[in-house]
Amino acid sequence: MSALIRSMPLLAALLALVLFPQFGSEYYVGLLTRIIIIALFALSLDLLIGYTGLVSFGHAAFYGIGGYALAIAFQDASVIPLWQALPLSLAAAAFAALVIGWISIRTSGIYFIMITLAMAQMFFYFFFESPRYGGDDGIFLFLKPVLMVGSEDILKLDQENNFYYFALSCLVSSYLLLVMILRAPFGKVIKAIKANEHRVRALGYSTSGYKLVSFVIAGTLAGLAGFLEGAHSGYVNPSYMSWHESGVCIAMVILGGMGTLYGPIVGAFIIVLLQNFLPELTEHWQLLLGGIVIAVVLFLPRGATSLYPRICDLIRRSRRGEREPQETADD
Amino acid sequence: MIDSVLRTVRLNKSFGGLIATNNVTLEFERGQVHAIIGPNGAGKTTLINLLSGDLLPDDGEILFNGRNITNLPPNKISQLGIGRSYQKTNIFAEFSCYENCWVAAQSRLNTSMRFFRPARQLKAVLERTERALELCGLSSRRDSRASAMSYGEQRQLEIGMMLATEPELLLLDEPLAGMGSEESLQVIELLRRLAADHTLILIEHDMDAVFSIAQRLTVMVNGRVLETGSIERIRSSQAVQEAYLGVAEDAV
Ligand SMILES: Nc1ncnc2c1ncn2[C@@H]1O[C@H](COP(=O)(O)OP(=O)(O)OP(=O)(O)O)[C@@H](O)[C@H]1O
Ligand SMILES: [Mg+2]
Repeated sequence: MSALIRSMPLLAALLALVLFPQFGSEYYVGLLTRIIIIALFALSLDLLIGYTGLVSFGHAAFYGIGGYALAIAFQDASVIPLWQALPLSLAAAAFAALVIGWISIRTSGIYFIMITLAMAQMFFYFFFESPRYGGDDGIFLFLKPVLMVGSEDILKLDQENNFYYFALSCLVSSYLLLVMILRAPFGKVIKAIKANEHRVRALGYSTSGYKLVSFVIAGTLAGLAGFLEGAHSGYVNPSYMSWHESGVCIAMVILGGMGTLYGPIVGAFIIVLLQNFLPELTEHWQLLLGGIVIAVVLFLPRGATSLYPRICDLIRRSRRGEREPQETADD
Repeated sequence: MIDSVLRTVRLNKSFGGLIATNNVTLEFERGQVHAIIGPNGAGKTTLINLLSGDLLPDDGEILFNGRNITNLPPNKISQLGIGRSYQKTNIFAEFSCYENCWVAAQSRLNTSMRFFRPARQLKAVLERTERALELCGLSSRRDSRASAMSYGEQRQLEIGMMLATEPELLLLDEPLAGMGSEESLQVIELLRRLAADHTLILIEHDMDAVFSIAQRLTVMVNGRVLETGSIERIRSSQAVQEAYLGVAEDAV
């Protein structure tokens, strides 16, 4: 399949997202903003699960830290300058990822899952039990960040459309950033680590350094998503960091197709939309949602997005009259 | 005194009660092919694992070019110029043949912590990858997925990956095991070529191959060095005849 046909749905989807606010109502623009933010969160986890082979069950910690850094620093501020708030959130998430990563990458497999979960739970309970940071109730933010140059407001995020485009550009730039990283020498190494870490070490790489950097990049991007969610909803609470949040994030990555950057985005769309509309159909919607997830995993083990190349392949092959798939590897 | 690349001093390793490496003191001369033979379970692979850093010895020393490398991790040992191939094929199964060699070749960059330029623009890595593919005879299979290749080809790839790291000392753990006779001849030819400017430590059960490539031979039995010396000396050694060679020749 040529690269153009392969990326066609991606470009079409991007175009649709760019044009959406011209047609959609404010409610749907808000919903889509939320999906875009969650998609960014899932995208960041895919760097770990899908590319580095690190199944983190504590990814929500960084999402929460991104949100809390914003809320704690600016809850009483009279203005939230974007270029102060955003770097602060990113730095806080990166630092937390550095510490948690440094501890947890020493383990692997099931132990890695457990230790990342335990670390995230520690953060959860820290905020849950700290009255200073609102405890259970969390923190409200009554203002949205503004981008200022001098005293001039360039971009005010209190308008829904502005926020939408800001979130969309964060998602697109994160996507492109990951494309670039994965093509660079660093990306080759982490993919090899996922395939066979022992051999990578035997070839002369100090694998723990690469895993840690990958963990920090993923944590920082999750922090960006948390920052956006905190700013968008104007509300940060401990449930941002709950294990439930980490679990849903994993589900989105797997559902959409891990190891492809678009997969987790599609996964986020599917899950958030189902969460939004299924309750209108039936009160047993959670059961239905579970069933859908199981069906996708069973019938499309490489995720919902594997449907498209499969269909393209089928069409192409039936045109050429071939039957057997070729045994060449994908790049 | 010989010019030794690698020396082990009273190396010991046991697994629970089993002594897999028992007081092994060996010297490997620069530029030579030194074969290690011995029956199954003699401790040949364990010895290679100690040399490559995959296992840590219980005690004893390993010196590479005079430097103590006893407790270094595998990545450091690889970077010093010791390459190894595995008896049990150890590749990136879902990568293409080319990408397997690429990852190996890229390891010789100062660092792979590079995030911006696409990897495929790195000319030095590209050339190393091509050379390794050429040497191991897989140039025509470059785009095949490793897991879809024949067992013999996977064994060739195993050697190609080692060569892509451009080591000075090669540790080869049964490179011919599981290969067809055609492939075998190719690889023996390759080893002979490599022997011109590398030091080889070769574990191999194929005695014809061993006698045709190696200059020195070590016989291991039960974790111990039974005998070590020139081919002629080993061939005529009474102890070796009884303990190993006789048995091996009967079995063939
Ligand atoms: N990781 C391990 N744990 C426990 N025992 C081991 C381990 N590795 C090797 N052994 C044991 O150590 C002994 C030596 O094994 P080793 O693999 O070094 O033999 P070998 O000479 O390479 O044999 P072969 O010719 O079959 O490859 C064997 O008895 C083996 O069962
Ligand atoms: Mg062995």
